[in-house]
Amino acid sequence: MNSSQLFGITMIAYLLSTAFYLALFLFKNKKIGFIGMLLAAGGLLIQTIGIGMRWYESYQMGIGHAPLTNMYESLIFFSWCTALFYLFMEIKYKARIIGAFVMPFAFVSIAYASFSDRINDQISPLIPALQSNWLIAHVVTCFIGYGAFAVAGSLGFIYLLKAGTEQKRTAAPTLFSSLPELKIIDDLTHKTIVFGFMWLSAGIITGAIWANEAWGTYWSWDPKETWSIITWFVYAITLHARFTRGWGGKRIAWLAIIGFVAVFFTYFGVNFFLSGLHSYGSS
Amino acid sequence: MTKSTKNPILAFFSSVQLALFLLFVLAATSIIGTIIPQNSPASFYAKQYGPQMARFFELLKLTDMYNSWWFLLLLLLFAINLIVCSIDRIPQVIRIIKKDNLAISPERLQKMSLSSSFTWHTTIEMSVDRVHAILTNERWKTTQRDNEQGTLFFAEKGPWTRFGVYVVHISILIILLGAVIGSSMIAKKVLHKPSFAFKGSVMIPETRESEVIYSFKSGQPIDLGFTVRCDFFDIEYYSNGMPKTYLSKVTVLENDQEILSTDIEVNAPLTYKGVTFYQSSYQPYQDFVVSLQNNRTNKQIKRVVPPAKQLEWQEGGISFGIINQEAKGKVTQRVKVWLTDNQGDPSTFWVNMGQEAMIERPSGTYTFNAKQLYATGLQVTKDPGVWLVYWGCILMLVGLYIAFFMSHRKLFVFIQQKGKNTEIIVAGNTNKNKIGFEKTFNRLATRFEATDE
Repeated sequence: MNSSQLFGITMIAYLLSTAFYLALFLFKNKKIGFIGMLLAAGGLLIQTIGIGMRWYESYQMGIGHAPLTNMYESLIFFSWCTALFYLFMEIKYKARIIGAFVMPFAFVSIAYASFSDRINDQISPLIPALQSNWLIAHVVTCFIGYGAFAVAGSLGFIYLLKAGTEQKRTAAPTLFSSLPELKIIDDLTHKTIVFGFMWLSAGIITGAIWANEAWGTYWSWDPKETWSIITWFVYAITLHARFTRGWGGKRIAWLAIIGFVAVFFTYFGVNFFLSGLHSYGSS
Repeated sequence: MTKSTKNPILAFFSSVQLALFLLFVLAATSIIGTIIPQNSPASFYAKQYGPQMARFFELLKLTDMYNSWWFLLLLLLFAINLIVCSIDRIPQVIRIIKKDNLAISPERLQKMSLSSSFTWHTTIEMSVDRVHAILTNERWKTTQRDNEQGTLFFAEKGPWTRFGVYVVHISILIILLGAVIGSSMIAKKVLHKPSFAFKGSVMIPETRESEVIYSFKSGQPIDLGFTVRCDFFDIEYYSNGMPKTYLSKVTVLENDQEILSTDIEVNAPLTYKGVTFYQSSYQPYQDFVVSLQNNRTNKQIKRVVPPAKQLEWQEGGISFGIINQEAKGKVTQRVKVWLTDNQGDPSTFWVNMGQEAMIERPSGTYTFNAKQLYATGLQVTKDPGVWLVYWGCILMLVGLYIAFFMSHRKLFVFIQQKGKNTEIIVAGNTNKNKIGFEKTFNRLATRFEATDE
């Protein structure tokens, strides 16, 4: 067994988990949902072992480093963070059906990592710029934030779906009536954004300290840095609008989605469309 | 409450609307600089976007927008907004914290979102003792006051957490202040002392030294106040050809005295007297650094040797030169050396870069070592504001934690005589995390209820 095989199994587990969660959403059969959860948890466990294995493999190759250093590894880690954060939320808030909208993210990112031609899955040695203890702190903090924001974006989407159907005031139960109440989705969205914001802040800060250690400047308005601060601004707006102007519901749902678009651009868009100091993340 | 008497300018600068507007404008305008390449030469913009667009960019300073007057003005407004908002609201928070919570009436307690009441079949004195014991046991520090109706206990946790959001705001101001103190632009244009804070670079060939560095953008030399010598530069490669290490060995000198020698690598800079040197680039030359030692006398020299040129080492009685080389690109792999002590035929031999060769000559054995001459490219910065930035960052994380995850919880217990029995009213509220506090409250209420035997 090597790490890519384990990631292959993880990918299938996440795909099946997505399917079962969707079945729960459509048919409202609780057993199906439980299987979806088991698949997600099993996938997460295998993925965790896979990440550990890849770490170990890098040491066997004599170029040992944490598996967080290129696009392939970061997509795997993003998928891991999203699944982990989602399962944590499911257990804590008993909101199982949301998995139908979150697990696709975990699946798509690991599948994209495995199948895209643009992405190199080799374990390569670390270039001098990445040889730092800040690597783990920076990547982990950022990606916990990204994972949370992916979940928040999904929650925003679910909110809009449900709010859209409820406005029609149909008496019969609709497809979306199995989703949690709007009030609960709204509260979860907010909590998730708060959690993500904390980690994004920590991610930007660790990145700034690392940049200062490696390049002698903690902030150089490099596109990656700039997009991360744009994302930070978007969520800062969201939090202020909620705390001080009492925003909620659809507006916050939209902001959660816009925020995730900014996260997505910070993560992918910058690497693929813009050039800068973070170029090693692009392949 | 103070709205009507407030100065409209003050009200404008302390408003959340302004904060939201500024955050939005900062986010939106920041995008421009990620699309238009920043700080490229003027000719680049004219070629890429046409002369008219280039003039437009120049007009709005879009080619260096994060240092443009309008972007800095936005940041200044943001800072003013944070300051005025804090000055405006912190007194309000202090008022909330200092409020006399024991002045509340029992009717108000019953109307609180968390409130429950029950009867204890015991005397009021016993009840007061019991309430006090339970609250103390649950780690609530109580104050109490008797009034004509009964006794009111009050306890609270985390009133200071109401300041969390202002800790975050102040941390942003500290970071901005740190950025201003560390700004080379301000050191140059406001303080007229470029050596106070700067960002620049210097290329030092091996064996050479420099007492100045060159500022980015202007290219002007800045005096370091000491001298840096590059003793050695090397690149190590992985077996697949990727670079593994860029290493410079440097020595700091003051008044020709060697102060310290150390290695600089990427991610391992050298800081001396507030000036930090970062490994950032290198430059290979055609010349070589040759070390030659007479093993009998232990005398040695180290010289920069151009290719195809004969050099004399008078003291050692040696003539030598590099007569041929093999290179991959700009990187020399090995060189052919010609060497003689003027006794018998000269020696010629190939030697790999960095490896030692032993040469037997009639006059004795010599150790020869050649490496390609490199210049190390060091980025050099002096940022006296960076510690403020770091402290601001730490404070921000602490503040965010307090603001998001800690709350000000209040608990009231009122005890009054009801015939032979005592009535207990428990009430509470919190400014955040209502669900979490509800659990604590219900547990406590259950405990109160169960206490009556």
